[in-house]
Amino acid sequence: MSTKNATVELDKVVIKFAGDSGDGMQLTGTQFTNTSALLGNDLATFPDFPAEIRAPQGTVPGVSGFQVHIGNTEINTPGDIADVLVAMNPAALKANKNSIKKGGTIIVNIDSFEKRDLEKAGYETSPLEDNSFEGFNIIESPITSLTRESLKDSGLDGKSIVRSKNMFALGIVYWLFNRPMEQTENFLKKKFKSKPEIINANIKVLHDGYNYAETIQAFSSSYTILPAKVPPGTYRNIMGNQATAWGFMAAAEKANLQLFLGSYPITPASDILHELSKHKNLGVKTFQAEDEMAAICSAMGASFAGALGITTTSGPGLALKGEALGLAMITELPLVVVNVQRGGPSTGLPTKTEQSDLMQALYGRNGESPVIIVAASTPANCFDWAFEASRLALEHSTPVVLLTDGYLGNGAEPWKMTKLKDLPDIKPLRIDGTEKDYLPYAREEDTGARKLAIPGTKDFEHRIGGLEKENLTGNVSYDPENHELMCRLRAEKVEKVANFIPEQEIIGDANTDLLVVGWGGTYGHLYSTVSKMTQESKKIALTQFNYINPLPKNTIDIFRQAKKIVVCELNRGQFVDYLRAQFPDIKFNQYNKTQGLPFTTIELAQHFDNLLNK
Amino acid sequence: MEETVAPPLTHKDFTSDQDVRWCPGCGDYAILSAMKKALPQLEHKKEDYVFVGGIGCAARFPYYMNTYGFHTIHGRAPAFATGIKLANPKLSVWEITGDGDALAIGGNHFIHAIRRNIDINILLFNNEIYGLTKGQFSPTSKKGIKTQSNPHGITDKPFHPGKLTLGANGTFFARVSDTNPKMMQSIFLLAEQHRGTSMIEILQNCVIFNDNCHSDVTGKDVKQDAQLHLEHGKPMIFGKENNKGIILNGLKLEVVTIGENGTTENDVLIHDAYTEDSTLHNMLTTMSLPEFPVAVGVIRQVKDMTYDDGVIAQLEYEKENAKFHSVDELLTSGDTWEVKE
Repeated sequence: MSTKNATVELDKVVIKFAGDSGDGMQLTGTQFTNTSALLGNDLATFPDFPAEIRAPQGTVPGVSGFQVHIGNTEINTPGDIADVLVAMNPAALKANKNSIKKGGTIIVNIDSFEKRDLEKAGYETSPLEDNSFEGFNIIESPITSLTRESLKDSGLDGKSIVRSKNMFALGIVYWLFNRPMEQTENFLKKKFKSKPEIINANIKVLHDGYNYAETIQAFSSSYTILPAKVPPGTYRNIMGNQATAWGFMAAAEKANLQLFLGSYPITPASDILHELSKHKNLGVKTFQAEDEMAAICSAMGASFAGALGITTTSGPGLALKGEALGLAMITELPLVVVNVQRGGPSTGLPTKTEQSDLMQALYGRNGESPVIIVAASTPANCFDWAFEASRLALEHSTPVVLLTDGYLGNGAEPWKMTKLKDLPDIKPLRIDGTEKDYLPYAREEDTGARKLAIPGTKDFEHRIGGLEKENLTGNVSYDPENHELMCRLRAEKVEKVANFIPEQEIIGDANTDLLVVGWGGTYGHLYSTVSKMTQESKKIALTQFNYINPLPKNTIDIFRQAKKIVVCELNRGQFVDYLRAQFPDIKFNQYNKTQGLPFTTIELAQHFDNLLNK
Repeated sequence: MEETVAPPLTHKDFTSDQDVRWCPGCGDYAILSAMKKALPQLEHKKEDYVFVGGIGCAARFPYYMNTYGFHTIHGRAPAFATGIKLANPKLSVWEITGDGDALAIGGNHFIHAIRRNIDINILLFNNEIYGLTKGQFSPTSKKGIKTQSNPHGITDKPFHPGKLTLGANGTFFARVSDTNPKMMQSIFLLAEQHRGTSMIEILQNCVIFNDNCHSDVTGKDVKQDAQLHLEHGKPMIFGKENNKGIILNGLKLEVVTIGENGTTENDVLIHDAYTEDSTLHNMLTTMSLPEFPVAVGVIRQVKDMTYDDGVIAQLEYEKENAKFHSVDELLTSGDTWEVKE
């Protein structure tokens, strides 16, 4: 007989699922996230996994984690540390010993705390038996053996049975947080459509885990998090890379162009390729090229032939694309290059996040080669920035680099969906066919951009290429004065984009003691920290940049009004150096981190307090 | 409404207003001229031709054609051509490349375009040297020749463009010399009519850095004995006296003289360019002096699904069987929830 425990209402909670990289922790975390999203919680996620598909089993480097922060109020970060940790083995416990709140709940799979498991994790004795975790609420659950017991009559082989144990863990956490199981049941039914025995087994284990949690009375109570108070509308849970893909599809539809993606697989950008390749039904053409260069060059070929040409990559891939990007710049072809930034240099930290490709995006080409650069700042607004990057490329006839990062790309949050009719029309800069004597490099007055004539259009035959071109005609020219003129015209075209973008916004009072400056994916952590400190009556404000090149026109005014400025970024100071070059009179402090991890609000608050008290 | 019939195109319609900047005597002039004469014989409209070049002397070709053209970057022309063709399959796409562009820096793109069998035409001007960078050896330079970048004689073994094409499962391979304008024209036409990647190796002379590199094959006095002109369905007969032939002896080709040792015309191989099995095509492609004549003409021309057709067919199928037809429908598909006022 089970007794109904008291249900306690929480405002928010951070839960981390951690296990071996083959334990299915990403799936488990995603299921908990999707279920919570459907209940109307606001949330943010942080998947953190090794670069190896199956890193050495049972070791600390092989630990895969998924952290999710859910709440009934606005949630902007996946949380600094977890309230509840699910640790499927000793390595997962060890890897997360500093990411669990003092006094928090730790659910461990006690079956995997045998001597060999402990040794693999580098423990001489069990950390559960010394006082390593004194003061924590440790729930020792025999997850593996209960899963075996649960499925002993299922007819499945031993390996398949043990593989279902993540559902047992999920069942425990579902009970603990009063979540319904239907969403996950539906997911399992769809995922294993052709294998009913696997569906039944997983659902049974999920329920057995749920019932086990209710029965053991190890938890003093279960918890619930009510829906968040958010603006009315239709919502869905969305990941950054998916939002990026959809933003491009929306842009193509609004521009009335076909969408062409040339891409080469690379972590953590491949999911954009995967997502777009699903949507052939909407006319999306995806081309998995033989390498990064072919990926961008095919996209440029498609753009020349009239499509919205895009290419997606991460840092090392952008390095390989550099030469072609220069060609897009000098030929003045629309193109969007997405760089889902990861830890560098070189192969670096493929599955970790960083913002260290800003200088590469700005300057990583030969010659005078400015391009438009924009950055997304939340998983969901990757949609908006993919759309905006496409608009700028098509209306200003120039390549655009869209910077996201691993944290945004893999992270998820609820998204209040846009309707296409609410998005601005995109008007690709094209000839209308009535022009006499087409000059491929004649420019529009306001934008300084050129009009494209697309192959297949009668009487507009012309040649473009990477050699310097004579102003207006586009014919090859080695004339010194002409080269200088063209360098200037191309640079001015990018500068003029500032006339077509909104002003930079500031969150808080512009006359602030401390202005926090960020760009791109650090928004959630910076915003959470600054709004908390504002509630504590500190004079602090935030401005987060999405337009990087050119900067919004009022940028200098914002900087002039602040007493102190600190520029925070996940690199060694690339944006701050860019700002210093543009605004030599302004004094910028900087706060940097290169650990392959997002900021924590704790470290940010500490640093901001120090600056305010100095 | 009555349709007005445009006057037929001539080679002049394809001449751009740009000064041609190849060296006097360069083999490229003859190729350009043959191209301008070949295109009016095809059915495409002028605006549907796109010429794409990489980097090198050959790759400047698009500037001299009054069509749509894209002079791109070193080695990557196949990727641009692929994007152009996929975005608009009705265009006739011609890639002009050289031995350095296609086989050194662009080797990867070259083999992958051929592997996919995308419907483009590749003209590889093979002069066995880097011209535009002033005389370094290329991947097709003959072993031992002395160049700027190895004055002691190169130790590399050369690539063979035909073998590379067939090795990548190429569906069309032809060889022709820049001294034979008529054959060039006819091969250009066959290449465009072939659905798939048509790869044409042009034995092209660089008067400045590798003069006469092909003259043992193309020279007026020697060509009849040094070339075997292959035509589908025709016997492999060549020579000044038209009395030499190619036979298969065991697993090897052999040159015979008709009328000697009881050999008759019936013993000579008949060229089958259409057969899928590339064994004989490989042997014919690699024939070289002095034991054999060099094969020219269309060596291989086989039917296969093109990459672009495959892409379009998949797209059409998915469109017909689609669950949703707009981005709005996609956004609201799957798990969503309503938040009310």
